[in-house]
Amino acid sequence: MADNGSEKGNGLRLKTGLAEMLKGGVIMDVVNAEHAKISEDAGAVAVMALERVPSDIRRDGGVARMSDPSMIEEIMKTVSIPVMAKCRIGHFAEGQILQAMGVDYIDESEVLTPADEAHHVDKFAFKTPFVCGATDLGEALRRIGEGACLIRSKGEAGTGDIVEAVRHMRAIIGEMRKVQQMSEMELMSEAKQLGAPYELVRYVREHGALPVPLFSAGGIATPADASLMMQLGAQTVFVGSGIFKSDEPAKRAHAIVKAVAFYDKPAELLNVSKGLGSAMSGIARNEVPEEQRLAGRGW
Amino acid sequence: MRIGVFALQGAVEPHLHKLRNLGAEGFTVRTAEELATCAGLIVPGGESTTFLRLIGVYGLRQPLQDFAAAMPVWGICAGSILMAREVENPPQESLGIMPIRVRRNAYGRQNESFIGEVTLNLPGRAPITQESVFIRAPQIVAWDDGARILAEHDGKPVAMRHGRHLTTTFHPELSEPEHLHQYFLNICDGANSRASA
Repeated sequence: MADNGSEKGNGLRLKTGLAEMLKGGVIMDVVNAEHAKISEDAGAVAVMALERVPSDIRRDGGVARMSDPSMIEEIMKTVSIPVMAKCRIGHFAEGQILQAMGVDYIDESEVLTPADEAHHVDKFAFKTPFVCGATDLGEALRRIGEGACLIRSKGEAGTGDIVEAVRHMRAIIGEMRKVQQMSEMELMSEAKQLGAPYELVRYVREHGALPVPLFSAGGIATPADASLMMQLGAQTVFVGSGIFKSDEPAKRAHAIVKAVAFYDKPAELLNVSKGLGSAMSGIARNEVPEEQRLAGRGW
Repeated sequence: MRIGVFALQGAVEPHLHKLRNLGAEGFTVRTAEELATCAGLIVPGGESTTFLRLIGVYGLRQPLQDFAAAMPVWGICAGSILMAREVENPPQESLGIMPIRVRRNAYGRQNESFIGEVTLNLPGRAPITQESVFIRAPQIVAWDDGARILAEHDGKPVAMRHGRHLTTTFHPELSEPEHLHQYFLNICDGANSRASA
């Protein structure tokens, strides 16, 4: 019998399968069909459709919600690559709408204003796969425990400052390395410390990796940033404001695609880093007031 | 035997893993120089538009076609789109390695992705039924007489061989059995012993 992916087991494999196909690529934030086309032509593996890129959400303030479905649909009609869209943390009704629309991936995202201060969406209840952000291993495993099929390190979206993405990636990878060294006897206590499901902590000890792909997001603005995150262990990068808030989006988008393909070849990184015009001006993470930081959203 | 996995983007690691399990040496291929050292090439799943963009900018189109003219190539999902002579939905360029026409995203979007049973009819072996993972999969909608259908799903071919070239629209690298990887290694073995004879 065909398995449509809404159940555990095989369904999870089908959902993570799409994330496997996105590896070694760049997923770009786009706010309209024209941006989506530029991204596809530049070699993006997928686009994230949203009304405002994170730096504009940060500037405008107010409540940030799921985008207008007609705008997402127009993007789905325009490009042949997968289209992702964001729902608010815990807002399963927005998730249901995005699933009904047929988007390829749903991002339960801290970039939007959270709808629930204690709970995330039960992602096993969905056929459409979910990606969630994480700042450390415990958070990553809680999201996987709820059914996330792809984890992205959060970073600090809309800043163009890579420091948080690095912090989160190092935390996730470093904690996995630590768990791998533990004895069987230490795992339950570690699961308690991490606030993570025991079975998933065991999985990490056995495999030295998450049971789903690990991507990176939040602050990537240059080809060098993308290479840095790939070398630290990301399998693909999300670029939000970094492309369409720069001087020459098409050129920069294509350069970042090439930088990910050759992330470990400095000679090629040198080539692709030349003549891109100004990167997004950005805002240093330390200048963002505590209450305006997005990475702390999520429980 | 050194088998290359095309690695500018896509699901590379699961193939390297399968090749290791079968005792073959798998390695990543991103340049014409690396391609030249392979006894066969796997073009994995990924995004075909991304592949095309990078193949174009790094001048790999001719090297890939020259390689395919003499050596075994296996395209999976996006790889089969790349190998086709013609592509539809939407039309896009391709390498023309196999005489097939392929329709992209033929089953629909991710919500229409599925795991289904497929029976492999490999030459010299009893039929093998295995579960197969289809992700935003393409369909082979037309092919030349010389192409041999190795498996069907819902009456449509999902695995096909033409000469030393193999294509599957599903993802054998995401399922347990390694029959198709072994089959491709056999093709590579045959092609290479003929070449050295």
